[in-house]
Parts: sequence; C-alpha cells; structure tokens
Amino acid sequence: MTATDNAHDIFEDEDAYAAERDTTEGKVYTVTGGDWDEMVAAVDPVNDERLIVNLGPQHPSTHGVLRLVCEMEGETVRSVRPVIGYLHTGIEKNLEYRTWTQGCTFVTRADYLAPIFNETGYCLAVEKLLDIEVPKRANTIRVIMMELNRISSHLVALATTGMELGALSMMIYGFRDREKILDIFEAVCGLRMNMAYVRPGGVSQDIPAEAVGMIRDFVDYMPQGLDDYEGLLTGNAIWQERTQGVGYLDVSGCLAMGVTGPVLRSAGLGWDLRKTMPYCGYEEYDFDVPTHNGADAWARYVIRLAEIRESLKIISQGLDKLEPGPVMVADKKIAWPAQLATGADGMGNSLNHIRHIMSQSMEALIHHFKLVTEGFRVPAGQVYTAIESPRGELGIHAVSDGGTRPFRVHMREPSFVNLQALPALAEGGLLADVIAGGASLDPVMGGCDR
Amino acid sequence: MSDGEIQPVGQEAQGLFGVSGSGDTSGFGGLVNQSPSAAPLVSTPAPLGEYFDEVVDSLQQLLGDDIARAVIVDRGELTIHVAPDRVADVCQSMRDDENLRFELCSSVSGVDYPEQANRLHVVYHLTSMTYRRRVRLETAVSLDHPVVASVTAVYPTADWQEREAYDMFGVVFEGHPHLTRILMPDDWEGYPQRKDYPLGGIAVEYKGAHIPPPDERRAYK
Repeated sequence: MTATDNAHDIFEDEDAYAAERDTTEGKVYTVTGGDWDEMVAAVDPVNDERLIVNLGPQHPSTHGVLRLVCEMEGETVRSVRPVIGYLHTGIEKNLEYRTWTQGCTFVTRADYLAPIFNETGYCLAVEKLLDIEVPKRANTIRVIMMELNRISSHLVALATTGMELGALSMMIYGFRDREKILDIFEAVCGLRMNMAYVRPGGVSQDIPAEAVGMIRDFVDYMPQGLDDYEGLLTGNAIWQERTQGVGYLDVSGCLAMGVTGPVLRSAGLGWDLRKTMPYCGYEEYDFDVPTHNGADAWARYVIRLAEIRESLKIISQGLDKLEPGPVMVADKKIAWPAQLATGADGMGNSLNHIRHIMSQSMEALIHHFKLVTEGFRVPAGQVYTAIESPRGELGIHAVSDGGTRPFRVHMREPSFVNLQALPALAEGGLLADVIAGGASLDPVMGGCDR
Repeated sequence: MSDGEIQPVGQEAQGLFGVSGSGDTSGFGGLVNQSPSAAPLVSTPAPLGEYFDEVVDSLQQLLGDDIARAVIVDRGELTIHVAPDRVADVCQSMRDDENLRFELCSSVSGVDYPEQANRLHVVYHLTSMTYRRRVRLETAVSLDHPVVASVTAVYPTADWQEREAYDMFGVVFEGHPHLTRILMPDDWEGYPQRKDYPLGGIAVEYKGAHIPPPDERRAYK
C-alpha cells in the first residue's frame, strides 16, 4: 500500500516510526535505532542484494547536518553520495546588505569552530582592497588567537572522532580542554564563539593582561593533556584498528579533489599556507609543519596532535613578541570609532569613549555616527586572500564596487571542498569506515553550507 | 560582446561619505572613486612584474595570443580574462604545462554585475604549489546564453564549486557530470545570489517599533 492510496492509513494502521512500504524505487524501511533486527529479518537476502541506506541529516555520527546516501552490498559500501545544504544560511548574500565591518559578524558564523579564521581571512581581504597594513601588535594578537582557535578546533575534531568511533572518554577530555580556550576567548573579547573580534584594520580591542596570564597557563597545561590523549588513544588497539588503513587518500587524490590542510599533510605533502604563502607575519615564527605518509585516518589523528604542539610553540613566541602599541590602524577614516572594553557583563562600550562623544565633541559624535551607520568606502576591485584554517585553505574572494558594502564575498570553505573527497576515500570500504573516514576529514557543516 | 563590459560596476561618488558639493562635514573629502563600469577593460601594460609576464607568455605560447581577452594586474594579483568556451582549455594548459603547473584549483565563484551585458562572471583561483603562485581566471556570460565550459575534467575539485555557481547564479557548466543544485533544495526556483534576487526577510517588532528587513532599510549609498 502506498501513501497516496489512502493517506490516513499511515496514521491508523502503521507504526510511522518503523514502517515498511513499497514505492516505485522499491521497498522502503524506516529504521530509527532499536528496530534494526526487525529490518534485517524483513530484508530478502536474495532479491535485495543492494540496499540504499540513508544516514542523516540528523544523525550523531555524520558530524553535523550532513546526509549520506550509501549504496550497500552487505556491509560493503558501493557508493556514497553526500547531500549538503541543510545548514545553508545565506551568509554570502547577507554580507551584500551590510557594511564591510558588519561583515565580520556574518563570516564568523560560517565555520563556527574556527570563527577567528573566518574573521581574519575576511579582514585580510578587506585590508588588501583598502591597501592598508594593520599594526604589529594587532597582527601578533591575530596569530595568537588563530593558533588558540586552531587548537580548540583540533580538540573538537579529536573529541568528535573519538565519540563517533566509540572512544567517549576522548570526547569528554577534548571538550574539557576546549573549554579552557573558550574561557580565554571570553577574557579577551567577552565572547566564547562568533566573536567578530578581528575587524578590518586590526582587532576590536586590546588583549587584557589577565588573558595573557590565562594563555600562559594554558600553554603550560596543554602538553600534559596531549600526553594524556596519546596515552588514551595511540596505543589503544581498537583505536588503531578503526583508523589505520581507513579512509585512504593519497597526495594526487587530495590535489584532484582540492583537499588541503591536515588531510593533505597526512598524505605527505607539507603544504601549509603559513609557511608557503605567509600572512599576518607567520614568517617570523619558528615552527614545523608535521607530515605523515599514512594518508589514512590514523595519520590525520597523528597530524592533528602534532599540529596542536606546533600551535603551542607559536603561541609562546607570540606572547613574547607582544609589545605595547595600537591594535587598530591609525587612519580614523577606517578605524572603528567606538572603543570597546571588557566589563563585568562581557564586551561593552568604553565609558571614556561615550563621555567623549556625548559631552565633549560634536564632531566626534558625527564621525562616530557616520562611520558606524554608513561605514567606510572600499576602492573598487577584487582580491583573493587565503589562510590556513584548521581544515585547510580558507579563501576569501571579495569584490568591491567602491561602496560601503561588499559587492560580493565568496568563502572558499575547506569543509565544502574537502567533503567532496568522502566518496573517494570511503567507497569500497565498510559502512563503519565511512564514519571514521568522514570524521577524519573533519567537516564543519556551518562552513560547508554557509 | 565587447571587452568593456567586464570591469566591476562602480559608483559615482566623491568624498569619504559619498557626498558631492559642500555636504561633507567630516573633513575626509579627499577620496575620489573611479567608476570602472564605464571604462573599457584595459589590460595592464607590460611588463606586468613579478611572475605575471612569465605566466601570461607561457599561456599565450600554448594557446595563441588571443587567448587572453585582457590581462589585469591589480593589488599584486594577476587576472586573466578568457572566453567562456576556452576556460577548460586554459585550465588544462595551466595545470599541465611545466612552466605553469597550477595543480590546485582553489576556488570557483560567481559574481553578478547587473549593469553589464555579460553580467554573470565566473572567477577561478588557481594555485601553483610547485612555484607558489596564484592566478585568477575570469570569464563572463550573458543571461541569454549562460554557458561556460566545465573544468571538472581537469580539476575534479571544481565539481561541487561549479554546482554552487549554478545553484546561486544559474551559470550552466557544459560538460559537468551532474549539474544539480547543491545548497538550495532541488525544487528551488530562481538563483539567489543574483543581484535582482531579493534578500527576503520580514519586519521584526521590537518594543513597539517595526524594524524592516535588511534589504528595505535605509541605505547610505
């Protein structure tokens, strides 16, 4: 009986959560967990040789609202078709209706595990269009914040991979230590995620002394945490079995599919934009680019752990480089006029600035109003800037028509591009390895769908 | 199809805040914006500097002098404008020639310039890992015939990115294996990133005041 025959039957006669019905495509089973055995019993092993299994979009193991349509032959996956778009929020379109500065609050919400990278990539593009250079201190703060963010993103990658492969302790530890970084972000700019902290021309406010102390404590703390993870996972036979030789993608496969970041480095190519095309002064830092020749999920796990150690090195050097100075360009035509300060209730306005514009200088008030409501004009043209996000090359293609709003901003999101490679590394393997392989790509659907 | 239609659309504006006459009270009236929409597409005169001459020369040796409709260097970035039906040939040479070696197609994106006849632009950012170089390819098509040669055979990574450009701008990539919508639902009508497609949204009430949706708010242009 099909649903169109007698629409009310589906509510009266059938269990809507474990239904079985015939369609033009064949027999459809709806399985929601515990009734798997019933479905297996119902499947005719002779005639139903190939089974289409639909995973997601609401599924705890698909790493976000990702839908995977798998064609199965027994336990073997014959084809995987990722279906995306469930988290499409129109960020690029929205940017065209806001000022260049307001754009920060939109791009930061794309890849929500790496907000500082989205902001920095976007701001580097705006700054290139404006042809301005940010002060040294702002650059150093950006580097410190990006590396902290890289660690927090890699911790979530380890945590969720652990969760999806059954290593639940890893999830608890990963999120526990990420929390410490979010606390630092909160101390720096008042927000834990989606901070819009990096702004065209610099950063929204200086890094407080308290936060510097917290970062130093974290740099001292984290190596022990990494040793713990290694103790937990590296020697673990189950972890090795689930990841070694799983999700194989070599360098030529990566380049063909456009895969960058830890996945490319796990295949042996040490391509890291921080080294190969430096930005934000990364050429002044001493760090290594870890590579591996495994090209599998195990190699990506090893690479991410090693990258956290390298990030810690960069952060320590960044703290040593922090010298007093401005954190926003001196050009008052571009610099955000409202000085922000971290108060008891998070990020807020500086009372000194409010006193200045409200009771001392009419011109300052006009200037503030014009720059905040209208924004600054950006000379016409187009640029492409790329930075090394935790997932690979994050590119921003920004086009200006000379106005106060972006004409077009396109985010080349590594999650979006890398996810294309999932069929290449999962087809022919087992269904369980689709999960391990997908987790090792570490896609973030907020970035993928934008 | 004249070359003059490829430059970005600009605004006639003078002064930091776009005022003309004596309206500027800010004191920042020095900035004068050029309007690139009216100006023809002018190639940057040689020498282009950096590695740009080498890339353009290599490409022209392989595919003929007329392969580049314009070569523009702006803000330290090289843009080569090519015809829509030659994009795949250009990419093939860009990837395989040993003087070029652009192994990675970093990004494919669309841009809509509604004031131009060839209003839909497709922009490719290629990266050479061998030489650590980047180059931008740009092509433009009209709404009547929005067909660009697909580069998926050369760069498989362009698969989803071309689908996104099709989804958002309605550019048809000839030779793409399965050009379907990717971010929007399959039955969606219209191409959301085109400039004449409304942003949408509803007015929101806040403490008795109605805040209009962003595309209906007062703009300061």
